[in-house]
Amino acid sequence: MQKRAKFGIGIGVIVLSLGFLAWLGYGESKTYYHTIAELQTLQGASLSHRMRVGGTVEPGSIHRLSGRVDFVLQGEGKLLPVSYVGSEPLPDTFVDKSQALVEGRPAPDGRFVAEHVQAKCASKYEAAPGGTTPPAADGARTSTM
Amino acid sequence: MDVFGSFALLLSFVCAVYAFVGGIAAIRTRHPLLVKSTRQAGLATCGLIFLATFSLEYLFFSDNFSVAYVVAHSNHSLSPFYKVAALWSGQEGSLLFWSFLLAVYVFSALIAYRNKNGELMPYVGVVLAGVQIFFLTLNNFVASPFKALGVPGVNGAMNLVARGDGNGLNPLLQYPEMVIHPPNLYSGYTGFTIPFAFALGALLARYPGEKWIHLTRKWTMIAWGFQTAGILLGAHWAYAVLGWGGYWAWDPVENASLLPWLTGTAFLHSVMMQEKRGMMKVWNVWLVFSTFLLCILGTFLTRSGVVSSVHAFASSNIGSWFVGFIVVILLVCLAAYFKNRDYLKSENQLDSIVSRESSFLFNNLILLVSCVAVLSGTLFPVFSEWFTGDRISVGTPFFNKVNIPIGLLLLFLTGVGPLLAWRKTSLDSLKRNFGWPLLMGLVAGATAFPLGVRGFYSLICLILCIFVASTITMEFYRGAKVIRARSGASFLASAVDLTMRNTRRYGGYIVHMGMVLIFIGIAGTAFNRDVQKEMQIGSTMQIGPYSLLLQNIDNKQEKNYTAERMVIEVTRDNKPVMMLYPERRIFPANQASGTMVAIYSTLKQDLYVVYAGQSPDTQAPVIHVYLNPLVKCIWFGGVIVVLGTLVALLPNRRAVLVLSAVQEPTRVKSLAGTLTPSPTLREGHD
Repeated sequence: MQKRAKFGIGIGVIVLSLGFLAWLGYGESKTYYHTIAELQTLQGASLSHRMRVGGTVEPGSIHRLSGRVDFVLQGEGKLLPVSYVGSEPLPDTFVDKSQALVEGRPAPDGRFVAEHVQAKCASKYEAAPGGTTPPAADGARTSTM
Repeated sequence: MDVFGSFALLLSFVCAVYAFVGGIAAIRTRHPLLVKSTRQAGLATCGLIFLATFSLEYLFFSDNFSVAYVVAHSNHSLSPFYKVAALWSGQEGSLLFWSFLLAVYVFSALIAYRNKNGELMPYVGVVLAGVQIFFLTLNNFVASPFKALGVPGVNGAMNLVARGDGNGLNPLLQYPEMVIHPPNLYSGYTGFTIPFAFALGALLARYPGEKWIHLTRKWTMIAWGFQTAGILLGAHWAYAVLGWGGYWAWDPVENASLLPWLTGTAFLHSVMMQEKRGMMKVWNVWLVFSTFLLCILGTFLTRSGVVSSVHAFASSNIGSWFVGFIVVILLVCLAAYFKNRDYLKSENQLDSIVSRESSFLFNNLILLVSCVAVLSGTLFPVFSEWFTGDRISVGTPFFNKVNIPIGLLLLFLTGVGPLLAWRKTSLDSLKRNFGWPLLMGLVAGATAFPLGVRGFYSLICLILCIFVASTITMEFYRGAKVIRARSGASFLASAVDLTMRNTRRYGGYIVHMGMVLIFIGIAGTAFNRDVQKEMQIGSTMQIGPYSLLLQNIDNKQEKNYTAERMVIEVTRDNKPVMMLYPERRIFPANQASGTMVAIYSTLKQDLYVVYAGQSPDTQAPVIHVYLNPLVKCIWFGGVIVVLGTLVALLPNRRAVLVLSAVQEPTRVKSLAGTLTPSPTLREGHD
């Protein structure tokens, strides 16, 4: 029985400490997914979360300024002004009408401050008559490990 | 040819159904003719899948743009090399490729055991046919790669149309690794079907003893070797193509490939407990079951779009098929287990916390914890949405926080485990086996600390790497010394001889050595540096010891793409080192673009240069340069791991255990005082 207790304690210590680390990592990196419409209804503490918002880049809205890139995301008829402040150049797939996923936090003035932008090309594949084959996703990312 | 292919697929589905239903009938009636005919049906299933796959490749090579799949993934100017790879670059084709690789395994297993294990094979055949039926259902009725392009005519009948040219292959996939990475990974995924089928078959048949473990060891190792190679090739592809300076981002699809690797690794170790001591039987069976389920889950994650990922195929309704299949498999496994669990009684108990058994136990425990952590992190968005309504994802810090300590613990066990005796290890043998390696590790740590290795994890990792490498070297040294004393051959020849006499043990050590190198490479990540700079032609930048001069930017016209190319001269201490040409490529066929990273790789560090794009303000070209230490160790370590796996697959040259001369006294002495040798300490090669 004593042997079993020893193993039990060993296993318990390992699992608990790893669980604790997991909990720390969770707190550090949890990111909420929101739609643009949801974002506008958020209040209080939930506005300070780190979050990801997806949408379509409004044609003509991309303005490259010094130190940041401003653009407008559109989703479900709502608009969200975004300022990208990350250091990586934006992916090539980031153009008008492309689908973009921005990661960051909303600023008090209503703009969304993004540190990462992922863009997925609007599908170039026109569904051939009778064909339903979807193309493989050609996303690009700017995140790093 | 498309009609031929789809007909072959349909016929193979019919054969698989026969192999399944007839197999069950054969088990019930034990009619020899029925047994034989279901086996033949199993072989025919495989043969027909081969035909279907070859006919799809034929469509690619003959530029048949009346087939939707060919249009979507190829064009005239695509090189033949990538026409082979186009087979698995989309949903339908890669599912056919799954069936193809599975068929290779099934065919080999049915042929290899055609006159052996008569009691077990019908069960195995039924399980294999069941898995094949699922994939053939997808190939035939859900995602057929042979769909022709057509338009409905005036009378409602479909008219075939052919396109002049195809859309071309996704540029991210036009890279040599993309031709070998997916086949390796898929061979890993599919390969675990064989041990799964044997485990489930043995459980259903109440097949006595550990026979299924002996039978499947080689298959598991083959699958594991492919999986390892596939994961590392994928990492190398991400490193060389995606251009973000790293090789692992805890992306859902990367995680999906890691999950079965973790349980598969646990299984490869814990089977030794069953072989030697008759323990952990339930555990082993469930490890195989979960490995297989995780393989299917991985395939599901890649295809369903449930968790978004750069790698994922476009989302589709195919996910529900996979969920259904996973549920069915799980139910079958549970039913088989509850019906026959008395057959899995353990024959022994754990004796001591300092023993080989307990090292395996802890190895399995932390591999499983890692697996659970990675799995829950990957599926977190899905589950958080179910339970809280909010879709929450976790990122790199979560995965790193859990997995770095786990990796280090595993590394520690890699050094300690193989040298602990079964049952109980004496203090004396601990000192003898670990004294020197521990000292070496500590000396290395003490040397590295003043040199700038300060991070807690980096330092621990370095100490452990040296410790493990020393224990392994000592094992080879001791064994080779004995052989050399007898034969008088050179030390190297003796070491090779030693390895060949017990390939499983020494192959395992080689794999461990490769893992040590991989850990060294990963530990290097802590010292990565990067600089991003706007450049003009003629301007220079500095990183570490290197100086980079942008000489020119030119255009390159290739058959399938046009490239904008930076011409960069790298110098070190004013001496020219080499020229680097990072590129940005534009593929006209699908209007896509990609980067081609230029890497100057030395053993010590990689100089990794990306043509990052134009600056938003000035339109000047931006260069992003990384200095990543020790990355080469990872790729080199991967090669060693695969070589070690191959060595472990070789049969032993002679059945004589030379090592017993050195090892045995330790063990006997340590056991003699406390225990009498137990009959359950079985014979084996290890």
